Parts: sequence; structure tokens; C-alpha cells
Amino acid sequence: MIHHKGKIALMLLLPTFAYLIVFIFYPLVDTCLLAFSNPAGPLENFRRIITSGEFWKTLRNTLVITGIVVPLQLILGLALALFVNLRFKGYLFILYIIAIPLALSDVSAALMSYSIFASTGFLNKLLMAWGWIERPLYFFGFRFQDRAFWVIVITEVWRATPLVFIILLAGLQAVNKEYLEAANVFGFSPWQKLWKIVLPILRPSILSALLIRTIFAFQVFGVIWILAGRDIPVLAGEAYYWQTVVYNSNISSAYGLIIAVVTILISWAYITFLKPKSFEEEAV
Amino acid sequence: MMKKTLIFILCLLIVLWFCGPVLLILIAALTPSAEYYDLARLVPTKLTLTHLESLFVRLNGWKATLISIQTALLSIVISFAIGLPAAYVLTRYVFKGKNLFRLTILLTRSFPVIIIGVPLVTLYLRIGIADSVLGVSLAHSSMILPFIIIISSSILGGISVEYEEAGMVFGLTRFRSFLRITLPLALPGFAAAAIYAFVLSWNEVFISAIINLTNRTLPAHILNTAMTSPDYFKFAAGTVMALPAMIFIFFTRKYLMSMWGISLK
Repeated sequence: MIHHKGKIALMLLLPTFAYLIVFIFYPLVDTCLLAFSNPAGPLENFRRIITSGEFWKTLRNTLVITGIVVPLQLILGLALALFVNLRFKGYLFILYIIAIPLALSDVSAALMSYSIFASTGFLNKLLMAWGWIERPLYFFGFRFQDRAFWVIVITEVWRATPLVFIILLAGLQAVNKEYLEAANVFGFSPWQKLWKIVLPILRPSILSALLIRTIFAFQVFGVIWILAGRDIPVLAGEAYYWQTVVYNSNISSAYGLIIAVVTILISWAYITFLKPKSFEEEAV
Repeated sequence: MMKKTLIFILCLLIVLWFCGPVLLILIAALTPSAEYYDLARLVPTKLTLTHLESLFVRLNGWKATLISIQTALLSIVISFAIGLPAAYVLTRYVFKGKNLFRLTILLTRSFPVIIIGVPLVTLYLRIGIADSVLGVSLAHSSMILPFIIIISSSILGGISVEYEEAGMVFGLTRFRSFLRITLPLALPGFAAAAIYAFVLSWNEVFISAIINLTNRTLPAHILNTAMTSPDYFKFAAGTVMALPAMIFIFFTRKYLMSMWGISLK
């Protein structure tokens, strides 16, 4: 029986391998093939994208949204995790309340924002009821891109902060109470305890939260497509547009490939440059 | 006392910030359209189900909802069928390359699912499952399967292998021993994982919108029609998409930390 073990293990793993090959590996290869195939030469699709002028706007939007949203989520998520970890009476209730957005799709969250910021939405009605404004403020539409941008930022922060919060709260459970008691003996201030003890222990959790949020921020799509359409172009939105509206799979794949490459670069940067010591142990 | 008041105020702010939008869209979905477009009417005087009804009946919402449910259920079945044996191997066998396998699975978690959509469209056309529930389910499994493998192996790892071996001593085969002894113990955890997987599929929009053009899931259907629909339909749609997911998460709240914690590392 014992020498069959290897064979059984292999057999049980086979479906997973088959799935990964057909649904991850093959699409990856095919995306490359599509992205580099054009009668005018292998790089023609990318040349078209880069020279279109739209591209730099698209890339800039994606980068700016990521650059604003991810740090905000980290700060808010950390604050919420530290707060809930005080374990005051009823903290579990607050924990579940904060978890609500975890269940929601980006499309749902975007529509919730829309119910608040629409021209006849709750915000405008409230401001008018208070007499602060005479006529409604507009947040959406081509002329109001700057405002739509901030609505998108707020929505993304609202939607994904709970994810960071949960990871950091899980990480906080690893902070040994005795360290903090020892710190009390040495007369550390709460601020010192946070910087010298809690944050260093939390480092692996912070890194994995940052990594996962940065990767997904680069794929941001639903919220933007609902609230701004192509007025605020982003990489994933362009991939969607070229595939479903223009029916050009090659350009769409090229955008997909750009997202994939950036994702790989981000993961690589986090893992090598920041050299989180315990990250690998925790990941494996 | 000061500290207690401060905690209370902070809790109040948190509840307002996180529940507010959910409550507001629910109210907006139930507000009669005349009152919604009246800027002077902040609080509706009466509530109506007309928008929800027309979303389901006139705007094909029923069909999209059914497709969403079918897709999610089929994704769960596919992911468990493929993932459970792998999870079993990860906890019960020692073999070369085990850590590499685990790492590969973890990496697929952060793999951008966006890029599998376009190639799958042509693949599905060739093998004849274009525009079908099966096609989207298979694609959704790419984000659900890694999660199922990771969470199931952690659930199975928590159940001592000795029970199973005891069963085998008494003459059960390995498979029957797993079925009769380990599986019942693991079932609550698996149920929570399945619910979480349901939410993942229910919420996914990009892949569903790219792969299916007529048999669209609810989010994909909304994404396509939202731009051209009146506002109150958007709110009805947003509510319909939000409620089941919130209810499901509520039932699995005990697993919140372990589920999201594991799925993220």
C-alpha cells in the first residue's frame, strides 16, 4: 500500500493541475499571442495603444487612484483594527458592521455612492433642506470628472478598507500581551508602544494587505465603469471597452498583459525590496 | 467615563459610515419615482415595490438573477470537486514539491482574473460552450478554486488524521473512512467556505460581462443596462445585489477572521 501512496497523491492532484493549465496557463499564453499579433508587426498593438494619447491618461488615472486609495485604506484599516482590538463591550458587533462592505460587489458599492451623490440624491437633498445650496451640485458627467474622481476614491476607500481591517486585526492577535506589559514597566507611552512593538510585529500583515490591495487597485473596474464610464479611463476599463464595444481582442489583450506585467512587478517589488522576513513563512 | 463616551461616539460614527450607504440605497430603491426626483423631498412619504418589480419583470432581472445563482452554485461544485482531493493530499500526504504546489495555489489567488476573460471567449466558441452558464462558472472557478484548496486544507488539517486511521483499522477503505469520519467533522467549515465562494461568484462582474453576451449574470446585466436606465432602477439593482451577499456573510460571521485572513495571505 505504501508504495502506491505517491501515485494516489498524484491522481488526486491531477484535476487541479489540469484546471490550472487550461484556465490559467493557456489563457496567459493566449493573451500574449493575441497581444503581440498584428499584421503590421508584433509590437503594433502596443504602438497603437501608447501613441493614442488615451493611454497615458489611462495609466496615470490607474496609478493616481492606486496611490491615493491604498494608503488611505491602510491608515483607516489600521486605525479601525487598533480600535476594535481594544475589545470594549460590544466590539464584536462593531466588527460585523465594519465587515458589511466585504460582502458587497463593486457594482453594488458604486450604486450606493450614486444614491448619495446623484443630482437628486441624498446629499443634494440634505444640503438643500439645510439651505446650504440653492440648486443641486453635479458630481457625474463629462464636465464634472474631477468631482466624479473623488466620489470614486471615497467609494473605493469605503468598499475595501474592511479588507485591510480584517487582515490587520488578524495580525494583531499575534501581539503578545506580555510585550505590552513589559513596555508599561519601562514607561513606554501608548505612541511608543505602537511604533516600537505593535507595528513591527504587524509588519507581515501590513505587507500582505498592501500587496493584495495594490494588485486589486490596479484592476479597479466596476466602480469606475458605473460612476464615470470612459470619462475616467483606467486599464481594466479599456480592456473591457476594446473587447466588448470595439471587438478588438488584440488591443484588449494588450491592456490585459499590461495589467499582468504591472501585477508581477508589484509582487516582485514587495517581496524582494521590502524583504519581509517572516512573509514567506506566513505565506507558506 | 470620558473614555467610554469617546468609544461610544467612535462606534456611532463607524455604524453610520458603514451602514449609511446600505440603508440609503434601500430607501432610494423603495422611493416612488415622483418623490425621488423632487429635490424638496428628503424623506419619502411612502414606500413602493414598483421599481423592484419592474427590474425583475420588465428589465429581465429574474433571468439574470437565476443565471447568477446557477453560475455561483456550479462554480462551487466545480471548485470543490477539483479542490477537495488536492486539499486532502496537502494535509494527509508528504511529497516532493508540496511547498511549491502550495505557493503556486497562493499565487493564483493574486493572479489578475481579468486577463483570462478574452482568451476564454475564443476557446469557448471552439468547444461550444460560448455564452453559457458553464463557461462563466469554469472561469469563476479560477478565483474560487485556490481559495477552496487553501481553506479546505486548513479545515482538514485541524481534524486529526488518527480518527481516519482508526476507521481504516476497523476495515474501512481510505475513501470511505474520509467520507464517514472526516467529512462530517469538516462539514460546517466547508459550508462556510461554500457560502464565501458563492459571494465571490455572485459579485464578480468583469469576466461575466466579457464572456456572456445574452446569458448575463446580474452584475453584468446591470453594468450593461445601468447607464441607460432611470436612477431608481439602479438603486433597485444595487439593493438586490447587496442583500443576499450581506445575509450570507451574516450567517458565516463566526468564520470572518479565519476565512478572510487565510484567503489573503
